[in-house]
Amino acid sequence: MVGPMNGDWRRERLAFLSVITAPAAWIVLFFVIPLGVIWAYSFGRTLNLTEVAVTGTLDNYARVLDPVYLMIFAKSLVFAGVTTAICLLVGFPYALVMTFATPRGKIWLLLGIMLPFWTNLLVRTYALMAVMRTEGWINDAVGLVGLGPFEMLHTNFAVIVGLVYVHLPFIVLPLYSTLDRLDRSLLEASLDLGAGHIRTILQVVVPIARPGILSAVMLCFIPALGSYLTPDLLGGPDSQMIASVIERQFKRANDWPFGAALSFMLMYLTLAAMAVRALQDRRKGAIA
Amino acid sequence: MSRKPAKGPLEYARSWPLRLWVGAVLLFLYLPLASLILFSFNDSRRTIRWEGFTFDWYGRMMDDAALIDAFTNSLTIAAISTLFSVVLGAMTAIALWRFRFPAKSLFDGAVTLPIVVPEICMGVAMLVFFGQVMPWPRDLVWPLDLGAIIIAHITFSFPFVAVVVRARLTSFNREMEEAARDLGASELRALVDVLLPHIRPALVAGALLAFTLSLDDFVITFFTAGPNTVTFPVKIYSMVRFSVTPEVNAASTVLMAITVILTVIGMKLQGREIAQQGH
Amino acid sequence: MTGKSLIRFENVSKRFGSFIAVDDVSLDIGEGEFFTLLGPSGCGKTTLLRMLAGLETPTEGRILIDGVDVTDVPPNRRPVNMVFQSYAVFPHLSVADNVAYGLKIDKVAKAERDERVAEALRLVKLEDFAARKPDQLSGGQRQRVALARALVKRPRVLLLDEPLSALDAKLREAMRGELAAIQDAVGVTFVMVTHDQDEALAMASRCALMNRGQLQQVAAPGDLYEYPANRFVADFIGTINMVEGTLGLDEPDQAAVTSEALDCPVWVNHGVTGAPGTPVWVGIRPEKIAMTPIDQPRPAGPEEMPAANVTQGVIVRSAYLGASTLYEVEIATGIVLKVAQANGDRDAGQGLPAGSSVWLSWAPKAPVVLLG
Repeated sequence: MVGPMNGDWRRERLAFLSVITAPAAWIVLFFVIPLGVIWAYSFGRTLNLTEVAVTGTLDNYARVLDPVYLMIFAKSLVFAGVTTAICLLVGFPYALVMTFATPRGKIWLLLGIMLPFWTNLLVRTYALMAVMRTEGWINDAVGLVGLGPFEMLHTNFAVIVGLVYVHLPFIVLPLYSTLDRLDRSLLEASLDLGAGHIRTILQVVVPIARPGILSAVMLCFIPALGSYLTPDLLGGPDSQMIASVIERQFKRANDWPFGAALSFMLMYLTLAAMAVRALQDRRKGAIA
Repeated sequence: MSRKPAKGPLEYARSWPLRLWVGAVLLFLYLPLASLILFSFNDSRRTIRWEGFTFDWYGRMMDDAALIDAFTNSLTIAAISTLFSVVLGAMTAIALWRFRFPAKSLFDGAVTLPIVVPEICMGVAMLVFFGQVMPWPRDLVWPLDLGAIIIAHITFSFPFVAVVVRARLTSFNREMEEAARDLGASELRALVDVLLPHIRPALVAGALLAFTLSLDDFVITFFTAGPNTVTFPVKIYSMVRFSVTPEVNAASTVLMAITVILTVIGMKLQGREIAQQGH
Repeated sequence: MTGKSLIRFENVSKRFGSFIAVDDVSLDIGEGEFFTLLGPSGCGKTTLLRMLAGLETPTEGRILIDGVDVTDVPPNRRPVNMVFQSYAVFPHLSVADNVAYGLKIDKVAKAERDERVAEALRLVKLEDFAARKPDQLSGGQRQRVALARALVKRPRVLLLDEPLSALDAKLREAMRGELAAIQDAVGVTFVMVTHDQDEALAMASRCALMNRGQLQQVAAPGDLYEYPANRFVADFIGTINMVEGTLGLDEPDQAAVTSEALDCPVWVNHGVTGAPGTPVWVGIRPEKIAMTPIDQPRPAGPEEMPAANVTQGVIVRSAYLGASTLYEVEIATGIVLKVAQANGDRDAGQGLPAGSSVWLSWAPKAPVVLLG
C-alpha cells in the first residue's frame, strides 16, 4: 500500500474496493436513484392517486412559469436575500469580535453561537412563535408603554425574523474562520498608513476576505431559500415559500409531476448559486 | 505611574459598541429559548403569564405514551444512523483521499450533493422512492419499521461525516504509515495502528454531528415517515400545529438539555482527543 | 546619540498578563539615525517597535515623538510608518494602489499623489511594476512595495520589523546596502528590529541590545562588540571566550586578573572599578588571540607583567570557515579556548593539524574585564 499519496486504484485494488463499494452503492441506491425518479416524474403526468406516467412532457415546467408560481419563486428569493443580508450585517461584527477575542473568549462566543445551532430547528421556531404571539411577552412589553398589540406572528416580518434567527450561525461560523485566517499585519498596516477602523474594514478586510464572505453568504442563502418549517409555522397565508408549494403537491394536491418539476427548479437555483461561487473561485485561481 | 489597562488598536473584543452588539445578538438568540424553558415550569395552561412554579408539564409529558414512543424512536434512529454514517463517511473520506480512480469527481460530487440539496427536495425524493420504487414493508416489528427513516437519515448524514474526516486526513503525515510498514506492520495493521488513531477525533466529531443532524431533522422525516412511525420532531410539529400546551415547552426543554449535554461532551471529548494527539 | 532627540521612551513597560515583554525601558533616538533594536527572540524588541507604531499600548510609561506625548495616539494618527515583517502588502490592490493607499487617506490631490507614488516607486526601483498585483511579485519586490508604501507618507520615523528575515542570503546582503542608501536619500530616521547581529552591526548608526524586556546596552556597533557592558552583551555579539577570575591589581588604566581556568594571569590596559579580590569575568575574542607553533620561541608578555597573557595548549579540533579557521585549543587547565586565524593566503587554510602543541598569546588591548 506504500505508494504515491493519490494511489492509482488498480495497484491497490482490494483496499480500494473495500472502501469504495459500500458508500458508492449507498449513494447510488438511496440518493441518485430517488432523485432520478423525481427528475423523471417531472416529465410525466398523473394517472391516478399513486401512478405517474413518464411521458416526456414539458407541461410541468411550463406551469412553473405561471405568474402565481413565479411570484412564489421571486418571494422565496427575496426572503432568502433579505435574510442573508440581515445575517451578514448582524453576524459580521460578532465574527469580528470572536476573531480578536482571547482564547477563552473565543470558546465562549463559539459556544454562544453553536448551542442554538445545535438546538432542534423545531424547538427554536416554536420558541420564537411563543415570543411573537399577539399575547406573547413582546406585546406585553410594548403594551406597558401603551403601544400595540402588534400582529407579528403569521406575517412576512415573522418569517424574516425566524429565518434570521435560524440562519445566523450559518453565516457567523464561516465568517469567523475567514477573518481568523486573515493576516493581522494587513489590518495593522492599514491603520499604520492612517486609515481608521471603518475604512480599514471596508477597504482592506472586506476585499481580502471576499471569497470567504461569499461562501458564508452562500451557506446562509441556500438553506434559507429552501426553508420549509419557518414560513410554514411563522408565516401567514401570503408568506409561502417554494418548499411549502412543493410540500402541497406531494402531500395534499397529489400532483407529483408538478411537485417534482418545482423541486428541480429549486435544485437548479441552488446549484446556480453554487456555480457562481465556484466560478469566483476559479477566476481567483486563474490570477494566482 | 500606572495606567488603566490599555487597549490595543485591534482589540475589537474590548470595544464597547461591539460588545454591546454581541450582547444584543446573544440576547436575540437566547431570549426565546430562555422564555421557553421558563414557561415549561409555569403553573398555568395559558402559556403567557407566570402563575407559579410546577413540574406538572414534565409529569404529563412522561404520561404521554405517544410522545415517549416518538422520543424513543428518535433516539433509536439517531443511534443506528450515526453508526452507519460514521463507517460510510470514513470509507468515503479514505477513498477520496487515498485513491485515484475513474469517475472520482463524479463520486465526489454525488457524496457532496446531499449536503447542499434543499431538504424539501430530498424529502420528496425519499417519499417517492419509498412509496413507489422500494416500498418499505408496513408491518415490521420495531425497530425495523423505522428502516426507511433510518436509511434517509444515513443518506444525509454520512456526507457530513466524510467532510469532517477528510479535513482531518489532510493533516495525516504519510510517513507515519510508512514508518509502521518499515517496522514490519502489514498494510492493514499499519492502517489500524496509525491512520485510525489519527482520524479518531474526526470520527467522534462526525458521530456527534450525525447524531444531532438525525435528532434535529424534521423535513425529510416528515416525508419519509408512515403514519405509525412518528419521531420526536414530527410529534412536536403536530402538537404545535394543533394544540399549544406547555407540555410542548417541557418536551422542547428536555430535547434542548440533551443537545447541550451532547455538545458539551463533544467539545470535551474532542479537546481531550486533540490534546492527546498533540497536534 | 548625536543631534537632537526625536523619539523618547520614558520608563516604558508592557505586560501581557503576567508576562513582562518590555521592562522599564528609557531610550532616546536622534533625528536621522539608523537605529537597530537587537536581541534574541522574545526579548521585547518587536513589542517596543510596535508601541512606537501605536499597535500596542504601553502598560506604563510614556512615548514622545518630537516632544509630543503620543502614548495614547492611535496608530493612524502617528507620524510614523512601518514596514511589516510579512510586508503586509494588500493583495487586492496593485503595486501603485498599495503605495497610494496612505496618500488617499490623507486626501492628497490626485496629481500630487501620482507624482509622489511614481517617485517612491523609482526610489525602490519598482517603476516598471506599478500595475502588477502583489501575487505577481517576488518576496524581495513585495518588500520594496512595503517600503515605498511607508516612505511615500514622508513619516518622521520609518519602522522596520525584521525587514530582511524572509529574504535569501544573497538578496539580504544586497538589501542591506540598499536600505542604507535609501535612508541617505530620504533622510528619514529609521528604527529597525532584527535578531541578526551581523545585520544590526552592519547597518546601524546605533544599536540597542535587549534581553528579557530590558535594555542591555545602547551603543555604536563597534562599541557593542569591543566594549560590551555586561556578560550578556559580550556573549550575544560575536563569539567570545569567557573565564571567571578574581581582580588583582586595579589602576585607572590597567588591571590584572587571575583565573583558575587560565594558567596565566591576564593583564588588561583598561581599568576596572572594583576592589582587589572582586570576582570578575574576562572575555577574549577568538580573533584577538595569536597562535604560534610550540617550536617557536615563547611570545613575549606585557612589559609590566611578562608572565601574563601567554599560555600553551593542544589543538583538539579545527573548523575551516573560508575567511578564517576556528581552532579549539585545550590548555593545561582543561578548558578549551576558541582561536580564530585569518586565512591570509591560500595555504593558510591548511593550518595546523589537530594534536599540534601551540603558544597562545594576546595583547593587553585584547581582553575585556566585566563585573558580573
